[in-house]
Amino acid sequence: MTEILILGEQANGDLNSLSKELLAAADSISDNISIAFLGNDNRSVAEDAIRYGASKVYLLQSKLLNDWSVDTRVAAYEHLLGKISPSVILLGKTQIGQDIGPRLACRLGVGLSQDSISIALDPKTMRPVATRPVLGGRMIAKVSFAEDGPNIIVIRKGSYDINKPNDNNEGDIQEITFHVEQSDKNIHHIQTILSDPGGVKLENAPVIVAGGRGLGGPEPFEMLSDLAKLLGGSVGASRAACDAGWIDHNYQIGLTGKNVSPALYITVGISGASQHMAGCSGAKFIVAINKDPDANIFKEASLGAVGDWEKILPSFISTVKDLLET
Amino acid sequence: MKIDITVFVKQVVDPDAPISSFHIDPTSKQLSIKPDTPFIINGFDETAVEAALRLKDSVGANITVVSLGYNFVMDVIKKPLSMGADNLILLQDAAFQNLDSFTTAKILSKAVSTIGNTDLFICGRQASDWDNAQVPLVLSELLGLPCLTIAKNIRIDNNTVEIEKVLPEGHEVIQAKLPAIVTVSNELGEPRYATLRGIMSAGRKTPSIYTAKDLNIDTADLSPKLIIEEISVPNSDKKCEMLSGDNSIEIGRKLALKLRESRIF
Ligand SMILES: Cc1cc2nc3c(=O)[nH]c(=O)nc-3n(C[C@H](O)[C@H](O)[C@H](O)COP(=O)(O)OP(=O)(O)OC[C@H]3O[C@@H](n4cnc5c(N)ncnc54)[C@H](O)[C@@H]3O)c2cc1C
Ligand SMILES: Nc1ncnc2c1ncn2[C@@H]1O[C@H](COP(=O)(O)O)[C@@H](O)[C@H]1O
Repeated sequence: MTEILILGEQANGDLNSLSKELLAAADSISDNISIAFLGNDNRSVAEDAIRYGASKVYLLQSKLLNDWSVDTRVAAYEHLLGKISPSVILLGKTQIGQDIGPRLACRLGVGLSQDSISIALDPKTMRPVATRPVLGGRMIAKVSFAEDGPNIIVIRKGSYDINKPNDNNEGDIQEITFHVEQSDKNIHHIQTILSDPGGVKLENAPVIVAGGRGLGGPEPFEMLSDLAKLLGGSVGASRAACDAGWIDHNYQIGLTGKNVSPALYITVGISGASQHMAGCSGAKFIVAINKDPDANIFKEASLGAVGDWEKILPSFISTVKDLLET
Repeated sequence: MKIDITVFVKQVVDPDAPISSFHIDPTSKQLSIKPDTPFIINGFDETAVEAALRLKDSVGANITVVSLGYNFVMDVIKKPLSMGADNLILLQDAAFQNLDSFTTAKILSKAVSTIGNTDLFICGRQASDWDNAQVPLVLSELLGLPCLTIAKNIRIDNNTVEIEKVLPEGHEVIQAKLPAIVTVSNELGEPRYATLRGIMSAGRKTPSIYTAKDLNIDTADLSPKLIIEEISVPNSDKKCEMLSGDNSIEIGRKLALKLRESRIF
């Protein structure tokens, strides 16, 4: 049976949702699933991972360091992979995951498929086959691996539905201590400056109202923000709007921005470039307001309104208000 | 202090080229790009050139641009020179086509001694053709150098590079000793335009060209780790319901009613 190792991530002591997706992805091709976490103070995360389908959990601990920079993580995983030899390694497409994958692949001398949206096993070779968007999402590629080995696949968030946890699952938890060489760490963290925009976090927002170049300036984002608040959601933006300086880049949705899956995604003055849509393909219902009837966004949306947002939005917002009051 | 910067630039098919520029062979399921399709230098790599030029303006730098590939379009690949870069090196060979990230990084690592002294390597965060975001990281492993990714600002001080790394919420300040590799993102800002003088001087410069043989690379070693089994156009089966109305105000009202009716809010 193909052994799969997941490089898990946690958020504030909880198994994060992307790791749950990775467990679901692994479950779709194997029953032999192990998952590794950094730090041995993670019993509850480990137990959770077992409930979501892992049969083995590795807790990696280093005596010297506890900063878990990318350098340290790569060293930790390399250490683990000196002891076990899974045939597939899965990790999530986060900034950290995307940095770790290629470095680990290079050290192990194996192949890697970035930003993949599904995996399967080739029945002949038993090697993984990954499906991934390329050319900004305008094309889809199926890639396989030339050699055996712990071939690495980085999975895009929102690609797999999370399995139901099962309290009856059993699994084994193993602590592994490794040694970090000073030479393993050559990037130094000075400080982190977090921006807290307040309100609903984009990733968790059930409703997102996203604005693009068609807004023409920063002011209209206030109107979008009012609408978002009314619906209990958040604003988002295209890269063009962020690059223009109308709104902070932290609001950028897309291939190189945030990946969101709200129940309702309303785009205003966004053309629907494949690189933008790559960040909202998990949205359940897309509404498009655009003055160009041929805009690509109307190929992706469920409900479309052709026209100038300046005329459409005020009556839309006031009707929404009325409906919410009744 | 004047530093030596190498910027890695890839020539890619214009991401906005019409979909008709691409052809998928029905039997082999492989992708080809039709002649006359526009090429550009990768957008993030133009940002990398801009980042290098800013350092040249602030601390002084000699900027060498290096590109690996085949079938270069001279007007396109010379753009960094017209923006103000000093030298252009092309690693050009018929064997340097359809390479995966690992072989690309391998060749670049072998070319480093040919390129000459470099204090700072600057790359784009990813190439817009395959969106891999891999070459700089693999290169950093092969060269044993630190790789600082997704910079929106780069400072050099006393043999140290410090970047502001874009985070999903805010940013992080990180440092490494030179030599190092940095990748940049669009948050760094718009690349400058080529000046007329820059275009004239770029026209006079000839790039240095190195083949696989010049670099001592055995092309038999360039077998990829990834195999592209097939390429297809994503099929969208979505049907968009278009709202109609006498005027935009009515359309806005209908939009709200429709969403309410479908219990979307
Ligand atoms: C490698 C790479 C990565 C990228 N990553 C991202 C990413 O993460 N996120 C992202 O968003 N983009 C990304 N892009 C950029 C992407 O390709 C598009 O350029 C961008 O999404 C366009 O933004 P836009 O739709 O706001 O602007 P445009 O494409 O210019 O569209 C503006 C739209 O507004 C409409 N409009 C104008 N005026 C009005 C009006 N008064 N009323 C109604 N409609 C109006 C127009 O009809 C038009 O359709 C990336 C590109 C590359 C190459
Ligand atoms: N063929 C190439 N020639 C020069 N630089 C490259 C090449 N391929 C990739 N790079 C550099 O590596 C970055 C990331 O590319 P990739 O890993 O292919 O997404 C690019 O933005 C370039 O800076």
